[in-house]
Amino acid sequence: MSRTFVLAFGILLTILSSVTGLVIIPNWQFQALKPVVKADGRRYPEAYFGDSAKGRGVYISQGCIYCHTQQVRMKGYGADIRRGWGTRRSVPRDYLEDRPHQLGTMRTGPDLASIGARQPSESWHALHLYDPQLTSAGSVMPRYNYFFDEVKRGQMPPADAIRLPGNGRGDVTHILPNERGRQLIAYLKRLNQSFPLPEANQ
Amino acid sequence: MVADTKAGVVKGAPSDYEFRVEVDRSSKQVIVLYWAAALFWLTVASIAGIISSIKLHNPGFLGGIEWLTFGRVRAVHWDTAIYGFGGVAASGTLLWLQARLCQVRMPYTKLLIAGGLVFNVGILVGVVGILMGQSTGVETLEFPLYAMPFLVVPYVFIVIANFTMYFKKKSSHTYVSQWYLMAVTVWFPVLVLSAEACTNLGAVDGVAQAIANWWYGHNVVGLFATPTGIAAAYYLIPKVIGKPIHSYHLSLLGFWSNAIFYNWAGTHHLTGGPLPAWTITLGVVGSMMMFIPVITIGINHHMTMLGSFHLLKTSPTLRFAVMGSMLYTVSSFQGALEALRSHQEITHFTHYTIGHVHLGMYGFFAPLMFAMMYYAMPRLMNREWSSARLIRIHFWCTLVGTLLYGGAMCYAGIRQGMMMNDPSIPFLNIVQWTIPFLMSRTLAGLILLSGTVAFLINFVRIVTPHKLTWATPTMLDSDRDWKQILEAEKEAKPQHE
Repeated sequence: MSRTFVLAFGILLTILSSVTGLVIIPNWQFQALKPVVKADGRRYPEAYFGDSAKGRGVYISQGCIYCHTQQVRMKGYGADIRRGWGTRRSVPRDYLEDRPHQLGTMRTGPDLASIGARQPSESWHALHLYDPQLTSAGSVMPRYNYFFDEVKRGQMPPADAIRLPGNGRGDVTHILPNERGRQLIAYLKRLNQSFPLPEANQ
Repeated sequence: MVADTKAGVVKGAPSDYEFRVEVDRSSKQVIVLYWAAALFWLTVASIAGIISSIKLHNPGFLGGIEWLTFGRVRAVHWDTAIYGFGGVAASGTLLWLQARLCQVRMPYTKLLIAGGLVFNVGILVGVVGILMGQSTGVETLEFPLYAMPFLVVPYVFIVIANFTMYFKKKSSHTYVSQWYLMAVTVWFPVLVLSAEACTNLGAVDGVAQAIANWWYGHNVVGLFATPTGIAAAYYLIPKVIGKPIHSYHLSLLGFWSNAIFYNWAGTHHLTGGPLPAWTITLGVVGSMMMFIPVITIGINHHMTMLGSFHLLKTSPTLRFAVMGSMLYTVSSFQGALEALRSHQEITHFTHYTIGHVHLGMYGFFAPLMFAMMYYAMPRLMNREWSSARLIRIHFWCTLVGTLLYGGAMCYAGIRQGMMMNDPSIPFLNIVQWTIPFLMSRTLAGLILLSGTVAFLINFVRIVTPHKLTWATPTMLDSDRDWKQILEAEKEAKPQHE
């Protein structure tokens, strides 16, 4: 019987050692990390609030993570920076406000760590989410048309409606993001790691 | 063999054979329920996988429907594959193997049946939650928290049953498969509870969550599916060919090195990411050290087989078991090398990883679960497999589908990664380049699903009561087909009435 306990205890020990070494110790190391205060008095990274916080929930509920990463690898390792996905590598401090993390492991689509800096235009995001073919022909991204109200031909478009390029898509000429659409776009526009953290240059 | 069970009256202790029959009788309902549920989830997972695969080369397929969007169906695919098929099939395997190896009757059968039903309800709840958009957003732990009690409580029953059997075991000797089964029952609860605590319950923050996530994501395969698969191979190969395992000492080395090194390997899923370099280095070292268990386990399985390869022509169990143990060696070598930083620079964010996962799960784990079912079901049901042809279809679909899937995705992933590392190639050109390979993945998925359907027909036939069965075990090289039985049954009918 004593051998059984040695077996069970040894087995338990293997897994407890790795969770300590890989999760608890790094987490303890990260406790020292605090947001930095920028010249304009605002913090980086800033907490998500309002639309961008809700938009993060939309991003998670749609499963964007299965095709998009949010992490830029360092210069010389891959071509993330040369592709323009970021100006510097991502560091732990960038993610202080991320619960749950959305680092991702797959790039069927491009990295989004700084998509807010790369695509600051609200209408670009709206068109791209409504039908990716409008902005990125050949993309395999699904349409998120359920985040938009459609304005049909002959209807009077509201002042803030976004006009579809060319002759529109079918009989739709304009689109207007609905509540969740606005939230998701607010979140995407907030994704921005261009603030130069000192540790990112080490 | 099994069909002609006519136990004579024996004085004193029952014979070994009679006791095996008794053990099987006690475990029949539990195991059949678990395996039937596992096959149901395998079918669901395959269909969800095929839908996601089609969506990646035809984004308009079932498009514009929120609950069928790629990001949700893809999560349903993996979660039903790993928990529905993997979890339930492995639990059935674990319980049956432990009962057989301890030579004890299955304890708490009512509790285990109830637990099995609750567990399956939990998976269904989780799947519906994901489709409704309530995924937690943590990969492999997507099920909403309200699904977790359904999954955790039944597993406690399984752990208790497993330990009860172990402490009541007849022989003082512990067979190598039992070490792995004991390990799974200790590891899995610790894994799930710590990972849920660290991610969805927020015990750790920021990128430490990412490490916890991939510590779990890697270990749920490595400390749950893999040990159960290895336990099955260690049981089935010697059993079918009638020879002992090549080396006891190697199996000891293989077990402990696997236990010590595997659970450090997970951080290679974050290579290049925003983490301290030492955490990644630990993952790389852990992965490299995996060559020790992989080589020792490989030697043990393959050297045991040496001289018995001719049996692959006839035994369904052996054929699936050997396919599993061979692809274990292949996919583990691949996985260990994949952890290297130079390798990850190219393949990390590509389809290569997906190819590797399928080589492991569908090339190694699934065939060993199928082998378990091919071996145990006739003994549990006291009835033979109806059709040899359907077993052959199942085998070839599994082999061809897996190799096509793994081959196409790994090749495409390497090229995709090399192109992504060349900023002069526009991103959308790379997406377009991968499309033919994504189509071949859909084809591979359809082939795998066809194999599953063939197996399902045989499975339904063996669990449904019918009057006639073959008198001897169904071997791969026979021309038996279930239609022959149906016809024989029709002819026999008047006599029975």
